[in-house]
Amino acid sequence: MDATTPLSPKKRARKLKDFSDGSKRMRYTLMTISIIGGFLLWYFITLIPTINTFLASPKQVLRALVSESAADGRYLKDITISLQRVLIGFGLAFVCSIPIAFLMGWYPKVRNLVEPWIQFMRTIPPIALIPLVILAMGLGEPPKYTIIFVAAFLVMVVTIYQGVKEVDKTLIRAAYTFGASDKDLFVDIVIPASFPYILVGARLGMAASLTTLIAAELTGTTFGLGARIQGAQQFMDTSIVLLGIITIGVIGFVLDKILLFVEKKLTGWK
Amino acid sequence: MEVMHMADLLIDIVDVHKRYKVEKGPSVNALNGVSLSIKRNEFVCVVGPSGCGKTTLLNIIAGLESYDSGSVTMHGQPIIGPGPERGVIFQQYALFPWMTVEKNIEYGLKFIRKRDADGNEVRFTAEEKRELAHHYIKMVNLSGFENSYPKALSGGMKQRVAIARAYALNPEVLLMDEPFGALDAQTRAQLQEDLLRTWEKEKKTVFFITHDVDEAVLLASKVVIMSARPGQIKEIVDIDLPYPRTQATKMDETFMRYKNYIWDTVYKMYLEIPK
Ligand SMILES: Nc1ncnc2c1ncn2[C@@H]1O[C@H](COP(=O)(O)OP(=O)(O)OP(=O)(O)O)[C@@H](O)[C@H]1O
Ligand SMILES: [Mg+2]
Repeated sequence: MDATTPLSPKKRARKLKDFSDGSKRMRYTLMTISIIGGFLLWYFITLIPTINTFLASPKQVLRALVSESAADGRYLKDITISLQRVLIGFGLAFVCSIPIAFLMGWYPKVRNLVEPWIQFMRTIPPIALIPLVILAMGLGEPPKYTIIFVAAFLVMVVTIYQGVKEVDKTLIRAAYTFGASDKDLFVDIVIPASFPYILVGARLGMAASLTTLIAAELTGTTFGLGARIQGAQQFMDTSIVLLGIITIGVIGFVLDKILLFVEKKLTGWK
Repeated sequence: MEVMHMADLLIDIVDVHKRYKVEKGPSVNALNGVSLSIKRNEFVCVVGPSGCGKTTLLNIIAGLESYDSGSVTMHGQPIIGPGPERGVIFQQYALFPWMTVEKNIEYGLKFIRKRDADGNEVRFTAEEKRELAHHYIKMVNLSGFENSYPKALSGGMKQRVAIARAYALNPEVLLMDEPFGALDAQTRAQLQEDLLRTWEKEKKTVFFITHDVDEAVLLASKVVIMSARPGQIKEIVDIDLPYPRTQATKMDETFMRYKNYIWDTVYKMYLEIPK
């Protein structure tokens, strides 16, 4: 090769695989294309009559949305009551899992007493508990909170506990050399160092709460998105079913984005 | 060895034994009768093959590790735990990632009490802490990075923050475990000189572990050579080179002689280790 001719920019350097998310513009463009593309695909598939019997078209779902959210519709009430169940179940789980996870991480005795039960419970799907919970609590709201609570609690306690256990030991030694007491160590080092895990735990717990919501509403309630989906199935009203599914998806997406935002704000140092 | 005045003696390690219990397999004999006296203002460097117990010895002086027998005293008082008069600088920096540079340096001050005009023990005020932090940030040439988080700093910068953090507590002794081990040659040379300058000026006592014989001879007033399996002190070499020292000291003929001698000793021990 002639050494004097400058190489074209393309030849100059091998472009390495880019593991970043790419530019903001590119990201949003692709996201929009993906969403519109998905809706188009859905629309075209439902043009096939046999499919349309069990899969409502986007237009039908939109019509369902309008009628459901009309003044005499129940859409808003379903959303509110489901959201309330998720937030109460999740909130209780969040508040309980943090101290228990920290106690487990900090005191080996607590860990050894509690861990077998947590590991055992984790393998049981929360839905399996429904009969027992209903027998114990009846058909009101408490059984729904309980099911969601159990699901979210188990996920969060395990995640946060792992975080507490994995706090960098050199940081703990460093704090000791300054003269920190065990209490200082806990407040100043262990809690902030576990923060990322608390937030990851919260996101996993939120996802678990939403997944269990439907199960929690399977029995003994007339309102709520899960109950609505169930009811609509009996009337073969797939537009309502799809509306319910999409609503749950959107709620999950929004809640996750909120937690993600909090995570970014609180753990920007990471 | 010269006659030592008791007043000069700062840390006295006498016949220390340390075994690590291992869950499976035999326990590890990390230190087997180690005795070492560290005088005030001394710069002690410790070299020796990997696994000979250097870190163990440092941790025992720091009060972070227990020992089985023997005694370790500072000012004649047994060391029973960590304390702010012994500043530790870890190889992995150990900066708190959720604190800014300034907050990292301020953190240890929270546990320090000083005497006010009336002789009462008082804490530092927030303002005093900030001032001290800024003073030491300037000392390690990191002005402008007060509000940066550790993740935004290079390895050399992180180590400088760790040094500033230790200095801010004004410890009598600095315990440094291969502090420059992970740095490139230029940064390392720079930090060596910085450390020498501050030590010459502030006359602290330094206990410094290194793998690098060059570094040991350049910095130390006394090089401790340890041997492995079990960990023992093989030899102590007083480095008779005048301070202030700079990188140019490495050209000195005496420097070379010390270096070759220590290097040979360490390498012979290395060859003797069954592999
Ligand atoms: N927590 C521990 N549990 C069991 N054995 C340990 C522990 N810490 C150190 N050891 C053993 O004790 C011996 C001395 O370890 P130490 O870390 O003090 O060596 P070192 O001289 O600092 O080595 P290096 O130069 O590689 O850092 C080694 O054989 C090591 O395997
Ligand atoms: Mg070591």
